[in-house]
Amino acid sequence: MNEIIESVKNLSIGFNSQKGKQISILKNVSTNIKKGETVGIVGESGSGKSTLALAMMGYIKQGLFPLKGECLFKSEDLLKMSSRQLEKIRGRKIAMIPQNAGQALTPNLKIGYQIDEALRLHTDLKKTERDKKISELLNKVRLPSPETMAFRYPHELSGGQQQRVAVAMALAGKPDLLLLDEPTTGLDVTTQAHVLELLRFIAKDTGTSMIYVSHDLGAIAQVSDRIVVMYAGEIVLEGPARKILKEPIHPYTYGLLKSIPKLSLAGLPDSMPGSQPQPGSINEGCSFYDRCNLATDNCKKNSPDLEHIKELDTNVRCFNYKELINQNNNLQTSITKKSNNSEANEVLKLKDVSISYAKQKFFDQLLNKISDQNPTVKDINIDIKKGETIALVGESGSGKSTILKSIAGLLKTKDGQIKFENDRILSSDLKMRNPNDLRAIQLIFQNPDESLNPNHTVEQILSQPLKLYFNLSGEELKKNIIDLLKKVRLGEFYMSRYPRQLSGGEKQRVAVARAFAAKPDIILCDEVTSALDVSVQAAVLNLLQQLKEDLGTTYVFVSHDLAVVRAISDRVAVLYQGRLCEIGPSQNVYKFPSHPYTEVLLGAVLEPDPDIKPKLVAEDIVEEKPPEKGCSFQGRCPRKIGDICNSEVPPWQIGENGNAIRCHINIEELASLQQ
Amino acid sequence: MESNLITEDKQKNKLEKAFEILKTMASKPSGLIGLTIVLFHVVLALISPYIVPYDYKAISPNTMLLAPSAEHWFGTDSLGRDVFTRTILGGRTALTVTFFGSLIALLWGGLLGIFCGLVGGKIDDVVMRVVDAFLSIPWILAMLLIVSLLGTSTEVLIPALGFFYGKGIVRVARAATHDVIAKDFIVSARARGHSNMSIIWNEIIPNVRDAILVEGAMRWSWMLLGFSSLSFLGFGVSPPTPDWGLMISNARGLMSFAYWSVIAPIVGLSSLIIGINLTADAFAKALGIDRSTKAPV
Repeated sequence: MNEIIESVKNLSIGFNSQKGKQISILKNVSTNIKKGETVGIVGESGSGKSTLALAMMGYIKQGLFPLKGECLFKSEDLLKMSSRQLEKIRGRKIAMIPQNAGQALTPNLKIGYQIDEALRLHTDLKKTERDKKISELLNKVRLPSPETMAFRYPHELSGGQQQRVAVAMALAGKPDLLLLDEPTTGLDVTTQAHVLELLRFIAKDTGTSMIYVSHDLGAIAQVSDRIVVMYAGEIVLEGPARKILKEPIHPYTYGLLKSIPKLSLAGLPDSMPGSQPQPGSINEGCSFYDRCNLATDNCKKNSPDLEHIKELDTNVRCFNYKELINQNNNLQTSITKKSNNSEANEVLKLKDVSISYAKQKFFDQLLNKISDQNPTVKDINIDIKKGETIALVGESGSGKSTILKSIAGLLKTKDGQIKFENDRILSSDLKMRNPNDLRAIQLIFQNPDESLNPNHTVEQILSQPLKLYFNLSGEELKKNIIDLLKKVRLGEFYMSRYPRQLSGGEKQRVAVARAFAAKPDIILCDEVTSALDVSVQAAVLNLLQQLKEDLGTTYVFVSHDLAVVRAISDRVAVLYQGRLCEIGPSQNVYKFPSHPYTEVLLGAVLEPDPDIKPKLVAEDIVEEKPPEKGCSFQGRCPRKIGDICNSEVPPWQIGENGNAIRCHINIEELASLQQ
Repeated sequence: MESNLITEDKQKNKLEKAFEILKTMASKPSGLIGLTIVLFHVVLALISPYIVPYDYKAISPNTMLLAPSAEHWFGTDSLGRDVFTRTILGGRTALTVTFFGSLIALLWGGLLGIFCGLVGGKIDDVVMRVVDAFLSIPWILAMLLIVSLLGTSTEVLIPALGFFYGKGIVRVARAATHDVIAKDFIVSARARGHSNMSIIWNEIIPNVRDAILVEGAMRWSWMLLGFSSLSFLGFGVSPPTPDWGLMISNARGLMSFAYWSVIAPIVGLSSLIIGINLTADAFAKALGIDRSTKAPV
């Protein structure tokens, strides 16, 4: 068990800047991977975690080169090997599972053939033995009907299944070390929980060592024995998983853990100020100095070494870690948010809204109607009060973004009405809306890289809505832009910057500022934090909450992340396949009794706590289309009671907590079942 | 004070950006060669009337088909005119006509392509099928028809060439627009209620400009070849105006014994085309659009 299979010694990797300066991305990294151990490497984007992981299989990205140090795999230096020698090790001894299996699998080759190829390359098995092995491997990764699965093409599989195929291919060569680069990022919550469970099982079953790279502490917590925390190319904390997650003794890890929204906490998470320094920008002192609240003058001048603390079995890079040893009990805190008054008027009403993506048939086109009996989104009834934050939650394909687009007027509804202020019907066609209604409803998108025009400066971006809605120009326009920037905590000098010169969090702030420029009544937020790093996410959530409290804006917040939703929303609507399952005040939706789908979702949430394991209650099958009759969740429901679920649409039941559940099971019975 | 600083900063950025692109273009040998050739031709076209040693239309029976010598560097043609004089003057018409022709092609092709890409639907379908139909007509036949009906003046040639070479730009501009309009910033502008014109002007053009400019530069070199072909066939520039296409056409029968009268205009024409091509490629690379590996944008 204690045999070390790979050890990294004083590794530095860097590149030459355009000015000819040598800039290091990894600085003096040393770590050991023991046999049978799963090591989680965690850090935010740009921390060097992927570079380190790839170097561990002897791969260095183009443009980078090792400056010093070595990567010893069974006492051989991978970085000095020829590509011939590496070929023999990769796949057989060290295998890799990529982030996006959908892109890593060859689209025009069958699954079976691709696994067979891996077997042919990495084992000496004969054809018949290989065939047997293929179904064995597919069985091992728990893919349904392995015999027919081998004859399918990658696109016929769901994201989770593709990831399983990638795991099967990696296991084909019986590697000693398995490298996983964000293997569950981009998968749905339930699928993610299932894949992690599988990985944990495989690690135990085969005794393979694993290196698990992720930005998601929740996922890391589920699989890792040991955790390495990276910041700005350095290891800042390394130790047993439980110790790191429960009692982090480095201020960065501490801040990171506090900035993750948790299901058990109703308020907003603490945010860490600032962002990670660019490579090469720190010359002296601790790289975390700017963001640290324990920092002293010593930290500015001298950079701390990685110090081994014997009694905790932990390495830490901090002068002042002792201060954290004693105050660690308050990881479970949050900022309480002001709730709106429930007396407020309704500002937006969705009444029996249905949306269809079906193409119009010729006759329907003439009559200007859509005759789709089974639309993507059906019978949505939500009343949104002024000043509240309502969240739409569900996995991909649940129709949450579709509903948002309809409210924004980007997608025509099939049936039903969208009523705005004083029950005035709002056309679902953008061109039919009057300018004031367009101004009143604004959108913030998921990815600020795509939602900001790369060829415009921040000034140009923010002046668009100001010119359009308020006809501002000259000094007044500039004054308004500066005010907006101030509102989102950005300085005046950002005006002349282009989006590419900003960090992810800054870009999203600009996007937020653009939405607020219109002085809107309602802001539609489409997964606004999912493209951001955890510490930045917390800051953006806090900003949104602050702006809402100051300006009384109403948010419709779409997210797949239940913990984020818990942190920001007053009310939650759970959607499955475009149908509402449950709706109610957020503190009640997160309590039982709840709709079986909510139960499944809540069970699958990954928390950065080794003691909270996800509960896998339902299969992670992906349904392409909503069922034509009956309950929308009939295909996956773990509490299905019989034919009635397939034939009749379940009735709404109001629980004593005030949440409405749409299920055939009596609500009291549901409560006792879920205890 | 602060605002001045910012606007100054922005203007400086634009100039700097242009200079930087030029610098990147010139940093590779192919780009440097291309730029040099194009610059050479442009300068020559500007100053050639003032530096030519002879009158380009002076016919003389005494100097027919003389071989290159110190007096006549490139020799003389079948009418006794100095080939050197006619060669350095021969690019002027071609350059002017094709430069303005490309501008017209860029304008109508680019704008129509962007418009089709943005509105989509039926209008897009109809316009693109019409463009396809025009693409299937051999342009040279159509040009001959136009020129024989309307004459060979530059007022006819420029818009006619501009029209025929703009068709391809429509497709490129439309494809580039398609890539851009899927992005959220366009959706965002739409949701805010901006007009189509405002979206085209503010959001799309800055993002497809580069791709269309590169395409326009490539079209320029093709148009140059096309224009010379017309002259070669006798439908471009009328004699005695010196023009490479016309010179090649006139001298091709004498190629076996008076090679010089053919070689000089050929070198002039092909060097300019190669120069424009190299420059366009370097331009594309400097803008981050690699024509050899992927579609524009």
